[in-house]
Amino acid sequence: MRVETGWREQHRSTGLMWCLSAVVILLCLGPLIWQVVTSIKPDVDIVRLPPFFPSQITGAHYDRVLLRSPLLQSLVNSAIVATSATILSIVFGSFCAFALARLPIGGKSVILGLVLATSMFPPIAVMSPLYLFMRELGLRDTLVALILTHTVYALPLAVWLLTNFMRQLPKELYYAARIDGCTPLRALLSVMLPLARPALAVTALLVFIYSWNEFMFALTLTASDATRTAPVTLALFPGLYEIPWGDLAAASLIVTMPVAALAMIFCRHIVGGLTAGSVKG
Amino acid sequence: MTEVRLEGLEKLIGRATVLHPLTLTIDAGEFFVLVGPSGCGKSTLLHLLAGLDQPTAGRILFDGVDVTDMEPRDRDVALVFQSYALYPHMTVRENVSFPLRVAKGTRRLTTSAVEHEVRRVAEFLGLEGLLDRRPQELSGGQRQRVALGRALIRKPRLFLLDEPLSNLDAQLRASMRAELRRLHEELHITTIYVTHDQTEAMTMGDRLAALNHGSLQQVGRPDEIHDAPANVFVAGFLGYPSMNLLAAEIRTEEIAAGPLHFAVPQGLPEEVRQCGVIVGIRPEHVRVERAESHGDGVVPGVVRLVEPAGPTCWVTVDIHDRQDHVAVTGTSVSGFFPKIGDAVSLSVQGPVPHLFDPSTGRRYGSV
Repeated sequence: MRVETGWREQHRSTGLMWCLSAVVILLCLGPLIWQVVTSIKPDVDIVRLPPFFPSQITGAHYDRVLLRSPLLQSLVNSAIVATSATILSIVFGSFCAFALARLPIGGKSVILGLVLATSMFPPIAVMSPLYLFMRELGLRDTLVALILTHTVYALPLAVWLLTNFMRQLPKELYYAARIDGCTPLRALLSVMLPLARPALAVTALLVFIYSWNEFMFALTLTASDATRTAPVTLALFPGLYEIPWGDLAAASLIVTMPVAALAMIFCRHIVGGLTAGSVKG
Repeated sequence: MTEVRLEGLEKLIGRATVLHPLTLTIDAGEFFVLVGPSGCGKSTLLHLLAGLDQPTAGRILFDGVDVTDMEPRDRDVALVFQSYALYPHMTVRENVSFPLRVAKGTRRLTTSAVEHEVRRVAEFLGLEGLLDRRPQELSGGQRQRVALGRALIRKPRLFLLDEPLSNLDAQLRASMRAELRRLHEELHITTIYVTHDQTEAMTMGDRLAALNHGSLQQVGRPDEIHDAPANVFVAGFLGYPSMNLLAAEIRTEEIAAGPLHFAVPQGLPEEVRQCGVIVGIRPEHVRVERAESHGDGVVPGVVRLVEPAGPTCWVTVDIHDRQDHVAVTGTSVSGFFPKIGDAVSLSVQGPVPHLFDPSTGRRYGSV
């Protein structure tokens, strides 16, 4: 049996790897690259394909989108809603996770099951009752309605992720904190949460992305430019007679940027947290 | 210095009894050892004492005050875990000062007072150079000192140790044993030390309690337990090498355990003669010498196992007499080092062997 370990074979497998990677990267980034090019193409060139690359670059789309459309206001709204939903989910989620992981209460599996069951409801099923409910509360066309709805839908995810993580933290750390004089709350704040940083980062990121991109509830519960969030504004760009492809491309890139940046920042933090050494007392 | 009293303390998990009703008094300032094999309930007992768990029945009293329903923070108890449980996101200084920083109300100290206490404890335990390091950067012995420092800084009334030496190497274990006894001599805090290592139990405690399957087998001083074990479990578990426990039958003038014969003691009840008995002989009282020696009570045998122990060695010998065939561990005479397969002679010296009831395991003659 001849073992092939020559440099030719190594180069062959490396080359294959590169080809495969190139295909995957192209598939993932392709639409993004398309959007970037479209956003700087003059309108004239957009409808002409080929050529793909424009003859001249224009900033008109960005100008129209940023200064003469409700996009900036909707970005602010999205930021408010997503941040609030994230903070609320983290706070309530971590309290619930801590109780389920460490406190001596009965029916833990039932509680966890119920929490998860609510996430199995397709949002469309609760749309009309939710709309009526918000209208009765006087919250129609407010950001508060959206924040509440997003929090409720993100909580099962937060509770699930954080409960699993907290269960994995050594029990002795919690016991040691109680013996050292902590109330359960103090033990949570001083010992459990600092150690749960990676899980909190992941949860925050996922909730933020969900809330930022959420379309259906945002469309239903908001009615004016003052309260609309980014995905809804994007969807309303197309007019009665035409679709402003260039403007849409520019707007969608602007809307994606914050989340992409956050993901990159948190990514390093998550990996750092996981590799900083095992939680061994 | 707190006296600890347990009255009928019982713990069930689901339907399994982890601790049978237990009554025990630990004197103020005593170094008390709880010893038993894994799963015997000793860690559960520590958790109940610390307040981390509630008993199913029974009471715990500190100096006569019922603390069974008290929170851990109100009991003023310190517990050092087997894994030390140091907070990995805090430095050594922050770990050690943590109990003082979370203290509530009247017990709250100023920052400078806390710093002073940290310094005092660090000097006491040799931690001065480590105060700004994290637990991950410390060795096992250093982590243990930090855990001790965190436990001692608030001068607890009761000090609980859950197998603190099992994660250390043998040499460190020996020095830490001495260190812990030194701490006890200087601070006089009532200490309850849990271990599965019978050597630690016999060498460290003022008194010890042997636990098996959740029930107390015997409580007493190490020498009492060594000389008069209450039952077969205690006899076999404590003392190294373990006591030889041989099934024997009682004939008219002698007790026969295989080829070994012993005199029948005075006052042995009649029922015992029918059922047979278990004979217990410590290896220190069995002499192994060359095959050539003869005499009254000397039995020939073949060496099965040899364990060197300084000037002598522990020898496990197969002895046979017609059909009977037993393995007995004994001490070789000074300077005699047999090999496996050698022919040797074995004789029982020393005091009258212990006799145990084969059905209950209790020792005849014990209360």
